Amino acid sequence: MATVRLDSLTKMFDGVTAVDDVTLDIDDREFMVLLGPSGCGKSTLLRMIAGLEAPTSGVVSIGGVAVNDVEPKERDVAMVFQSYALYPHKTVRANIEFPLKVRKVPKAERAAAAEQAAAALGLTDYLGRKPGQLSGGQRQRVALARAIVRQPAVFCMDEPLSNLDAKLRSETRAELVALHQRLSSTFVYVTHDQVEAMTMGTRVAVMHSGRLEQVGTPAEVYARPASVFVAGFIGTPPMNVLPAGLADGADDERSLQVGIRPEHVVVDDSSSLRATVTLVEQLGHEVLVYCQVGDTRIVVRGAAGGDPVARVGDEVGLRLPAEHRHHFDPATGRRVDR
Amino acid sequence: MTVALTPAPSRRRGSGRAREALLALAMLAPSIVILVTFVLYPLGRAVFLGRQRCDAQARNCRTNGWGQYVDIAKSDEFQHALWVTVKFALLTVPVGVLLGLGLAVLADKHLRGVRFFRTVFSSTVATSVAVASLMWLFLLQPSRGVLANIDWLNSLFPVMKRPGLLNDPGTALTSVAVSSIWANLGFTFIVVTAGLQSIPRELHESAYVDGASPWRRFTDVTVPMLSPTLVFVAVVLTSRAFQAYGEIDLLTNGGPAPQDSTTTLTYLVYGSSSVARSDAGLQSGVAVLLFLVLLVLSALQLRGLGRRVHYGNE
Repeated sequence: MATVRLDSLTKMFDGVTAVDDVTLDIDDREFMVLLGPSGCGKSTLLRMIAGLEAPTSGVVSIGGVAVNDVEPKERDVAMVFQSYALYPHKTVRANIEFPLKVRKVPKAERAAAAEQAAAALGLTDYLGRKPGQLSGGQRQRVALARAIVRQPAVFCMDEPLSNLDAKLRSETRAELVALHQRLSSTFVYVTHDQVEAMTMGTRVAVMHSGRLEQVGTPAEVYARPASVFVAGFIGTPPMNVLPAGLADGADDERSLQVGIRPEHVVVDDSSSLRATVTLVEQLGHEVLVYCQVGDTRIVVRGAAGGDPVARVGDEVGLRLPAEHRHHFDPATGRRVDR
Repeated sequence: MTVALTPAPSRRRGSGRAREALLALAMLAPSIVILVTFVLYPLGRAVFLGRQRCDAQARNCRTNGWGQYVDIAKSDEFQHALWVTVKFALLTVPVGVLLGLGLAVLADKHLRGVRFFRTVFSSTVATSVAVASLMWLFLLQPSRGVLANIDWLNSLFPVMKRPGLLNDPGTALTSVAVSSIWANLGFTFIVVTAGLQSIPRELHESAYVDGASPWRRFTDVTVPMLSPTLVFVAVVLTSRAFQAYGEIDLLTNGGPAPQDSTTTLTYLVYGSSSVARSDAGLQSGVAVLLFLVLLVLSALQLRGLGRRVHYGNE
């Protein structure tokens, strides 16, 4: 069992709050993605789970045991760093064996485990090389092999794909998901990339300014964002958020901010919401039409080859179907269900 | 037509190349002048003088042939000085590197007030050899020196009082070495500290999460990552040890006599009580031999230690 429980976790650095009262339960064998922009505290949260930072207050529990005062090596966690943190003077084999070597695992057992981990990640031919002789993708695999070699209960990964190019990144995403299924361990994965979060996580925890904004499956976070921040962070392009009073509706709705996904906005000239087209992006499989209503920009997503595409400068009417509207409190930014 | 036209561009290319070479030479001239005047000419002149016997001013010389180098190398004075120099290097370099490394590792912690210690540890870099030597002279002076007059210390080591650490042939070289280690500590500390700070923090953190003890992290991460810095420091300190002069001149004058227990090769060249003092030819000969010794030694160090050194992305 390797559940991870964070209970009212707070971390302050010289008076600056990096993580602010976060409570989060991560289930056994879950792939939990901590998602948020730079500086939101997600890496600090991960480092507290791994034992690299001590919480200012709150409790970290792994497998039901509070580990605040437990050294990282006793926590049964492995960490994969963004920079891979491979030892450049050691061969791939020595890098993979290192966690076992420091645990005084016998040499033969160590070699067998390293070869197995290397084989699982397609590194068998590179065991004798130094990290400097490998490509970025191969180095990343070595870092993964070093993490899986001692079969930890929890994997902590800090933006492990950020240094890869786009093609390799999407390939490795799928491999990581497969690895997670094969290992049946708990994964805690930090990223600022919502595509990684949506495609890999069994659940996503969205963070903002040290606080947890929303925790849910990727589908839930997309379909029912808990705040304006989550609405604006997830989705490409993100959800349109109209200031209170801009969209038509009942009186109580007119006091709320209205959010709507670009794919749900309908171009309808009979609508009273008039907008000017400022940009049209043809992406092949879809068309994005950027419209301006006063100071507010509204993006409309349409299928390519469908209705005639609007041209820059056109005035169009936009309809926001009621069933696709999301409402947020203008003061707090939190979701309001009507 | 084609045949007639071809030579013209090639001629232009040729003259262009000559002009470029001239321009390059003109731009290099200041460096060449400085190099020739201050390095190549003195070196050549020393090699030339080394085959001669002269007076102290090198005015009246007679050639003794290349065999003079062999004679010098075979002489008791040269061999004694070479042995003293080697001992001096063996005393100063390992201890100097280890002390500098130890202090740098200690001061690399993110602790309150560590800046103060960093400043103190690196302060000797701003101290001249003369000042450092005088300070040690005052500390070790038998009748008034602070160190020599600590009761428990001089009852433990009576030699501190009589005849004094610098006046006893058995302790003089070690005492000069201590002063030299102290004076070089700031340099080692600063260079090693810079090396430590260039080691990515993630490497230590990764080893920490993997369960490596502090000692294991030191031997498996810090030392290998620091190896180019340590080799650099070792080569520089060795070269400094072989050229040490100021501290010997000020602290012991090459003595104590009659064993000349601190007469190193540089002291044999310049020293006021050196046997070569009155002959510019012999002085040059010893200097050239010292140059050769250092050249061979540096090459050996870089090759020998270099094999175990990790340089960046290899």
